[in-house]
Amino acid sequence: MERMIEQIPRFFSAQNLTLLLEAAGLTLAMTLVGCLIGFGLAFVLVFLRQTPGLWALPLRWICIAYVEVFRRIPFIVVIYLVLFFIQAVTPDASLFTIAVIAICLYAVAYTADIIRGGIESVPRTQVEAAEAMNLSRLQTQLKIVLPQAWPVIVPPAIAFAVSFIKDTALVSQVGVFELTFRGKELNNQGYSGILVFGTIALCYFLLSFPLSLLGQYLEKRLGTPRGQRRARKIWRT
Amino acid sequence: MAHLAVNDVRAKYGALEVLKGISFSIEKGEIAALVGPSGSGKSTVLRALMGLTPVTGGHVALAGDQLDYSNAKSVRAARDRMAIVFQQYNLFQNMTVMQNLTLAPLKIKRWPRAEVESEARRLLGLVGLGDKADAYSDQLSGGQQQRVALARALALKPQILLLDEVTSALDPELVNEVLDAVGKLAAEGMTMIIVSHEMAFVREVADKVIFMDGGQIVESGEPAALFDSPRTDRARDFFSKILRH
Amino acid sequence: MNYRFQFGVVWDNLDELFAGALLTFQLGVFAFAGGALIGLVCASLKTYGPWPVRLLVNAYVVFITNTPALIQIYFLYFGLPEVGVRWSNEACLLIGLTLNAGAYLTLILRAGFLSVRVTEIEAGQTLGMSLVQQIRYIIVPHIAKSIYPALANFFIVVLVMGTSVGALIGVDELTGQAINLSSVNYRWLEYFTVVAGMYVVLTFIASIGLALLGRWAFRVKAKIF
Repeated sequence: MERMIEQIPRFFSAQNLTLLLEAAGLTLAMTLVGCLIGFGLAFVLVFLRQTPGLWALPLRWICIAYVEVFRRIPFIVVIYLVLFFIQAVTPDASLFTIAVIAICLYAVAYTADIIRGGIESVPRTQVEAAEAMNLSRLQTQLKIVLPQAWPVIVPPAIAFAVSFIKDTALVSQVGVFELTFRGKELNNQGYSGILVFGTIALCYFLLSFPLSLLGQYLEKRLGTPRGQRRARKIWRT
Repeated sequence: MAHLAVNDVRAKYGALEVLKGISFSIEKGEIAALVGPSGSGKSTVLRALMGLTPVTGGHVALAGDQLDYSNAKSVRAARDRMAIVFQQYNLFQNMTVMQNLTLAPLKIKRWPRAEVESEARRLLGLVGLGDKADAYSDQLSGGQQQRVALARALALKPQILLLDEVTSALDPELVNEVLDAVGKLAAEGMTMIIVSHEMAFVREVADKVIFMDGGQIVESGEPAALFDSPRTDRARDFFSKILRH
Repeated sequence: MNYRFQFGVVWDNLDELFAGALLTFQLGVFAFAGGALIGLVCASLKTYGPWPVRLLVNAYVVFITNTPALIQIYFLYFGLPEVGVRWSNEACLLIGLTLNAGAYLTLILRAGFLSVRVTEIEAGQTLGMSLVQQIRYIIVPHIAKSIYPALANFFIVVLVMGTSVGALIGVDELTGQAINLSSVNYRWLEYFTVVAGMYVVLTFIASIGLALLGRWAFRVKAKIF
């Protein structure tokens, strides 16, 4: 305990603080890039999953299986699989890339369900009206369904991404210089575990808490019919 | 030659045959009304004509051309010549009234914008909503929404217009404004098939009434004749219940 | 890619992976049960307690749900020995996971508490039910029905995401065993592929069990998939 108190001035040096700030940036960047790409791919997955016709049955199964399987595998196992697979394919891939791919694969599975829920919240009759007017499947999705679904999709998607900031702590295991990695490094340098991991926890808190409040605010705003009407208008065609 | 000739059309929902061979025809400018108890398949006839419910047998000819429901491309060709108005209006919630009217003419028919927009304004005037072009559907009453849906269907310049219980979802005091609009179209000579429970209205505008039950046509004829002296027991039973009050 | 998969070594060590899977399952069950107990107490306090207690519970929930479980466990594992508290790896993991699950379960249970409608309780009162009877026949069945799907879902989260964190502090649960075994013969891809499959099977068994339990005990139609 005394050791910890005595370490405090040395621990909060400008050098260490810059280190942590950079690490926090990396944590955030990794989550953001991975989730954004994952979110985009999840739209493709959901669209493929809705392909009609008997010939597309295996395709639909693959899409369903992907979501089901990835939700049942620990993130750390996915990280290891991506790490060793990518290294077997291209040995010079950066660790950041590997981390982003792992986050992305995971985010696809989770956000696909969110997107599907949003799309299913749009009444079937809207699609039917578009069909009767000869709009193609893609036109119907882009012009009719998504503009109405996105107020339902965005809040839980943001909530997922914010909550995933915490899960990216596991990426420290493959050596990306994000917050948790730096924490372990500082701990190895002899700094007190309470001090180091208390500080790291605080860093995560400062990233996660404000963003989760933002998510809750959006959910409230978009949760009302009035808010949804406004949101739809933003998506002008 | 009949404008629309429907010959032995069949349709299935899964294993259940909901249309068991429907045949009727309409001349150009005529209005046919499909009536019957709920579940009799009247709405399915309209949905089958639009290719929304798969057609499993029979033939349909519109203005002398056979319509083909066997593949997606030919279904699109069939839809291109018809338009439908739904019970629940189904206006696109994310668009203004104007955008609802112009979407398909611009994107699907690829008609010139100036022409499409002036036609849309004319149609909105026709249904009495000239001042609502920039409103969103949730700012309109049910009756107004249904009139917009009517204008949206007309904007496609269909060779035949299908109206599926267009007043069933409306509050009683809003029914007449929609019926008035349909009446105007009738006066303009639009060919229509309407599914309706408004027997007084049917009697007034329809040239022909088709009574359906159990996925089949039981009896058809001129409104006055069918309503007042039906030949079959089932029709007599149905009309006596409906027309009593 | 010229990598050649060799699953032979994995099959030879399958019994150790099964031992890991068993530990994963035990950890999941205990962490969830402990977390449920914490959640029940905290949700009650958050709903009915005096304001300083509510504040304390809120602080606990907000702090735990906004920081990674891994950091919470590292704190116990690397931090506590400095103040003379020495727990085994397994104990650190289990206590960390329990505290973590407790915060999330507080939120889930509280949502259940709030879902009880006054009219239903009034209906019970007009039937002359005692308080215990109201709890037994109205409140508990109602809460169980409304939150069971969320609880079942969260159990899977604890079982998968929660326990696997143990691998990083040397607990020999399923992921830990995969790391141990594959670092001996470098068959990483093979081991992790098999382990991923074992997680899928394990959670499917858990999901089916939970769905049956829900149907039998609470007449809830919890979805398996």
